[in-house]
Amino acid sequence: MTQFLLALTEHNFLQYALVAGLLASIGCGVMGTYVVVKRIAFIAGGIAHSVLGGMGAAIYFGFDPLTGALGAAVLSALLIGWVRLQLKAHEDTLISALWAIGMAVGILFITKTPGYQSDLMDLLFGNILLVTEESLWFMGALDGLLLIIVGAYHRQFLAVVFDEEFACLRGIPVAFFYLLLLVLVAITVVLLIQVVGLILVLALLTLPAAIAGQYANSLGRMMLLATLIGGVVSISGLALSYEPDLPPGPTIILLVGALYVLSTLLTRFLTHYRIPYPTKRQKRGTSRDE
Amino acid sequence: MLLRNTAIELQSVSFAYRSFPVLEEVSLRVEDGEFLGIVGPNAGGKSTLLKLILGLLHPHAGTIDVLGGRPAEARQKLGYVPQHPSFPRDFPITVEQSVLLGRLGTGRRRPGILSPGRYTKSDRNAAFEALTEVEADGLANRQIDSLSGGQLQRVLLARALVSEPAILILDEPTANIDQRIESDIFDLLKRLNVRMTILVVSHDIAFISSYVERVACINRSLVCHPTDAIDGQVIQDLYGEEVRMVAHNHTHNPLTEEHQ
Repeated sequence: MTQFLLALTEHNFLQYALVAGLLASIGCGVMGTYVVVKRIAFIAGGIAHSVLGGMGAAIYFGFDPLTGALGAAVLSALLIGWVRLQLKAHEDTLISALWAIGMAVGILFITKTPGYQSDLMDLLFGNILLVTEESLWFMGALDGLLLIIVGAYHRQFLAVVFDEEFACLRGIPVAFFYLLLLVLVAITVVLLIQVVGLILVLALLTLPAAIAGQYANSLGRMMLLATLIGGVVSISGLALSYEPDLPPGPTIILLVGALYVLSTLLTRFLTHYRIPYPTKRQKRGTSRDE
Repeated sequence: MLLRNTAIELQSVSFAYRSFPVLEEVSLRVEDGEFLGIVGPNAGGKSTLLKLILGLLHPHAGTIDVLGGRPAEARQKLGYVPQHPSFPRDFPITVEQSVLLGRLGTGRRRPGILSPGRYTKSDRNAAFEALTEVEADGLANRQIDSLSGGQLQRVLLARALVSEPAILILDEPTANIDQRIESDIFDLLKRLNVRMTILVVSHDIAFISSYVERVACINRSLVCHPTDAIDGQVIQDLYGEEVRMVAHNHTHNPLTEEHQ
């Protein structure tokens, strides 16, 4: 640990990695909360994997891979959302197709690009140690965009993720906010790919929020707690992986996975033995129907 | 009796799910300030009728007029209490937050639904008043998950009331709760009826007869009866077989005798 702290003061790449982890945890906390309560983790997974197609194409045609990733993510989010809303069809077949086709397209483009094969692992599993200053600005801008939109429309988003029928009856354009939500999830996926790569992104998107959901009684608190958990696991994963020279992405994922299992067991245990703990049921009021 | 304005008017409305007809040639006029009960057998089209009035479904034939416009236009002036809550019970949301959602789209300008930001002081006051009215103000900070069936029903009612609707529409509001609370809720509806039109679907014709002015009986087609004209023959026609009616302990109940 001391070795990590020492290295942190010396090496720019570690400082960048630290900031990248913190920036990613904002996206994972805020949008991960929506993904968990709306139960759209499978959609997020489809978006994440289809991103490889966009990255591969961008690399082949000589663009910035992040731009390609963003384009592919937003495109597949809109496609999935449109199928669900317009055709009222079950979107899981389409998601599976996008998932696999996106990866196939990406692999084809990358194998046809001279000298890029070695970086495939970084795209799939991420490498937070290779984050550049430029990507940090990009991540910061995406975080800012997320926070502005969610801050402005959190009531409408809550209505749509909580009860679509009721939101519709209040005159809220449900389709618009649902698609906007999926686009924001797509943006978050691109943010998180920097840290853990597109295979592991689903864990960082859902697990901190799922842990937070075991204790929070409102979306706002859940977002805050999930952001904190995301930040703590990214930094500790980075620190833990440094000395034994492990890849940071998988270390972070194992850490948050372990935390999720522990927290689930803990809340089950406490509920089973009816030990009061500071969770959802804490505030009891009075009513005639007790 | 004074001639009252029309709140809802259906003319020869038909609706089918795929090729299965649910409603055929249904005509109904609901007056301002009326308290209308809607009864009928399961799958007789009660919930479908409500969803047509709310504009969630569209009729295949006929016209529906709500508050002088199309259902979708009048929607924000309607309060709706669904039979089953259409949200997961373990959702991390407090009672107050879920009631506040009913304030969306209440602004004088229609684009109010797109307005960014937070709830105003008057939104919060309205939520508190609605919760007080349904006697659930002590529940404001409770999580939805921790409510009993009766408490949840009161909260759903508060969420419908907080937008100050002109018409309140309830689908089996007392299906899953015990009878003592059932009469509490209908007493409350009776009080609300002073300032709004109420449509309530129920499976229990005998029970609601002591509260509502008129009963619409739906079994694919619709027949209306003033509550004092309901007898065993009406019910038998509606349900298609002999029905043993259970008397409830209410005063002024026209159905206290048993019909075999």
